[in-house]
Amino acid sequence: MPTARPTTMDSPVITTTDLRKVYRSRDREVTALDGVDLTVREGEVYGVVGRSGAGKSTLIRCVNLLERPTSGTVEVAGRDLTALAGRSDRAPAALRAARAGIGMVFQHFNLLSSRTVQDNVELPLEILGVSGRERSRRARDLLDLVGLSDKAGAYPAQLSGGQKQRVGIARALAGKPKVLLSDEATSALDPETTRSVLELLRDLNRQLGLTVLLITHEMDVVKAVCDSAALMKGGRVVESGTVAELLATPGSELADELFPVGGLPSGPDSTVVDLTFHGDSATRPVISQLARTYNVDVSILGAAMETFEGRQIGRMRIELPGRFEDNVVPIGFLREQGLQVDIAATAEQPAAVAR
Amino acid sequence: MHPLLTQACTDTLRMVGWSTAVTVVLGLPLGVLLVLTDRGGLLRNLAVNRVLGAVVNLGRSLPFVILMIALLSFTRAVVGTTIGWQAAVVPLSVGAIPFFARLVETSLREVDGGLVEAVQSMGGSTWTVVRKVLLPESLPSLVAGATTTVIALIGYSAMAGVVGGGGLGDLALRYGYQRFETGFMWVIVAVLAALVTLVQLAGDLAARTAARRGRPGPAPRLRLLRPAAPAAPTSST
Repeated sequence: MPTARPTTMDSPVITTTDLRKVYRSRDREVTALDGVDLTVREGEVYGVVGRSGAGKSTLIRCVNLLERPTSGTVEVAGRDLTALAGRSDRAPAALRAARAGIGMVFQHFNLLSSRTVQDNVELPLEILGVSGRERSRRARDLLDLVGLSDKAGAYPAQLSGGQKQRVGIARALAGKPKVLLSDEATSALDPETTRSVLELLRDLNRQLGLTVLLITHEMDVVKAVCDSAALMKGGRVVESGTVAELLATPGSELADELFPVGGLPSGPDSTVVDLTFHGDSATRPVISQLARTYNVDVSILGAAMETFEGRQIGRMRIELPGRFEDNVVPIGFLREQGLQVDIAATAEQPAAVAR
Repeated sequence: MHPLLTQACTDTLRMVGWSTAVTVVLGLPLGVLLVLTDRGGLLRNLAVNRVLGAVVNLGRSLPFVILMIALLSFTRAVVGTTIGWQAAVVPLSVGAIPFFARLVETSLREVDGGLVEAVQSMGGSTWTVVRKVLLPESLPSLVAGATTTVIALIGYSAMAGVVGGGGLGDLALRYGYQRFETGFMWVIVAVLAALVTLVQLAGDLAARTAARRGRPGPAPRLRLLRPAAPAAPTSST
């Protein structure tokens, strides 16, 4: 939902600079992060996607220094955490204090089985040294916020996966963090539950102005909640930007994966056009207007569209009869409507389709 | 009951009780240190880990009778005598501490590393991790380990009796072996069997109670005849 956001989110909250992480074992080295520069601005939901082994998990764990980067710096809310960490393996008090201001939720929830839901949410407050009465008041408020006030006395083993993750989120918010890190938080959940947890994250992002950095291997997660996204491959960020920017980038792999369009021309003598809907213009029946105004037969080869709050985002691949030269006018019309138009292939150069 | 038997039982219980207390107080931190200083631990220090591991292995490898004799001068230095139940507590504890420390180590290693990370991500210190995660989460397993240790101590205490510690072992030696009073011998066997059974039952109940937190189901109870329910995997020793 890139367009629905106010434009006040400018100042960076998380910045990583030339972050590198090399794992050394006896006889080999594995480079998990290979110079990652990432900027997450205040109030946005930022998704990092990539296949397993791309380094995204290492990246998010480097942000609160659960993992020590080999080199490079991490700044969160204006503080250089890598400087706070110092040289030693252990976390000095300053780093621990900074971590308390960064919430984190985990794929496998990581709730303490020996504590009730209420006591799990109170745990970070115990660490912060909040008094008993204040702790239980805050924990109740948070459980209310995530919709689990009736489960305060239950133990994690008595909850469903979605409920556990809600407890995990409540716990992560207990220290009133500005930043929430989400390490594959929905990967262990079914699609229905995933959606409700994502909606919760989205609501928290809006209500509390919480900045969220999440990593996931599911494109749907990015589509559902992210303002910006980055694609990681082999320890590097190969693409990044707001979802709208990515869509507008010709040949963007991330846009391709988010909104995949396929389809080959049905025969010679036709022009294949990729249309990108940025959501800048309100929904209008552009395709039928095109067909009516210019009396052309438009066939839709493939489309991946989402409608958010009355705006359409996504891409569509259409086929127009005739060569490119025959279609200059209709294509001009599409451009006038505020769409991004890319010529995917004409009969003479079909190779461009297969990217 | 025979006054000799009463006296011997009291001595055995004192020996086992005190050495259990000393073993838990010293063995628990030792076990925690073994985990924390190991590779990937929160206080990673391989030199310390190797030394602790070597000391523990040395203690575990010595047969108890030999350990007891080897420690005679140490015992005299600590309690001022080498005879009586007070003296027996020293070698019993020294023998049981490494045993219990290894059991603690095994229990703590079973705690999910994700929980440790979660507490670290909240800004928790190593001490917080030990206090709020490692010990509470492994409590059922620790209780089971302590039960095993107590039963091992009952066994060792009989050997301690032989070299002047008193208690049931001493009684068995004098009346059963030196005087061939077989009837008396069997009474001692029965008392020991009852003692071990009681400790095991109490330990199982405690472990099940600890494990039950967070798991719905009926309250645990002493099981004498019925087979133990499969719901308490950590309670068996």
